[in-house]
Amino acid sequence: MPVTINTAPGSLTAVLVGDLDHHSAKPIRERIDAAIAEHRPTELVLDFGGITFMDSSGIGLVMGRYRLMEELGGKVVVDNAPTTIKKVMRLSGIDKLATINYGGADK
Amino acid sequence: MKAQNTMKLTIESLSINEGFARSVICAFAAQLDPTIDVLSDIRTALSEAVTNCVVHAYKNGTGAVYITAALYPDGRIRIKVRDKGCGIEDLQKAMEPLFTTADGERAGLGFAVMQSLMDKVTVRSKPGSGTTVTLEKRIGSTHEG
Ligand SMILES: Nc1ncnc2c1ncn2[C@@H]1O[C@H](COP(=O)(O)OP(=O)(O)O)[C@@H](O)[C@H]1O
Ligand SMILES: [Mg+2]
Repeated sequence: MPVTINTAPGSLTAVLVGDLDHHSAKPIRERIDAAIAEHRPTELVLDFGGITFMDSSGIGLVMGRYRLMEELGGKVVVDNAPTTIKKVMRLSGIDKLATINYGGADK
Repeated sequence: MKAQNTMKLTIESLSINEGFARSVICAFAAQLDPTIDVLSDIRTALSEAVTNCVVHAYKNGTGAVYITAALYPDGRIRIKVRDKGCGIEDLQKAMEPLFTTADGERAGLGFAVMQSLMDKVTVRSKPGSGTTVTLEKRIGSTHEG
């Protein structure tokens, strides 16, 4: 899955496109974590606008980045999440830790 | 009740096949005219079951994952995902939300996701010989084959 990283002062955005599953999670995680280490943002935005699928492996990814950003004193925002992943997001309780904004491609 | 259609798929437990298995199940379930939401539920639950075979059952290598599915005239789909991997010692504990035996950012929510998205989830497992997960969901109303 291609990941595009955009940076602005204090903020880092990772744009994800495709299926977010166990297969794709590891390379995405490595890419995002390398960018966080380099830029040390206070806000990580995960742009899910191009996400076509997500299961609990995606929850692991968001949760892991939440912990990492917490250590850095920062926060995580998920933007443009497709409504099809709402059930999985709710079930995990991640929506209480990170801000999840819905309105992805399938809206 | 006799199934109106059935399918079988055997795949190697490689992570690249997680998406392949999802595509196959969606194409098969589409015969019952599911809504986008129902199809998404089935796809996600299947993904959890197959991923568990890849990550846990054959954690020290790879092995075969056997997927079968059946469509019933009353509008139900039943999917079985079977492995001949390590099996599960304590099933009750394994199915608790947030419980995981793996590192690498597993959320421990696979079974919880399957249970919340499907009507019925049954797990049979024997340590040392493997695990079978059965997923069932009503897709549509009564349908002629
Ligand atoms: N097919 C399987 N073979 C062996 N162990 C399994 C299998 N499926 C699940 N498990 C066990 O059950 C636990 C919980 O599974 P799950 O809820 O999917 O969470 P996760 O995959 O994130 O660990 C796993 O950590 C593993 O110990
Ligand atoms: Mg799992």
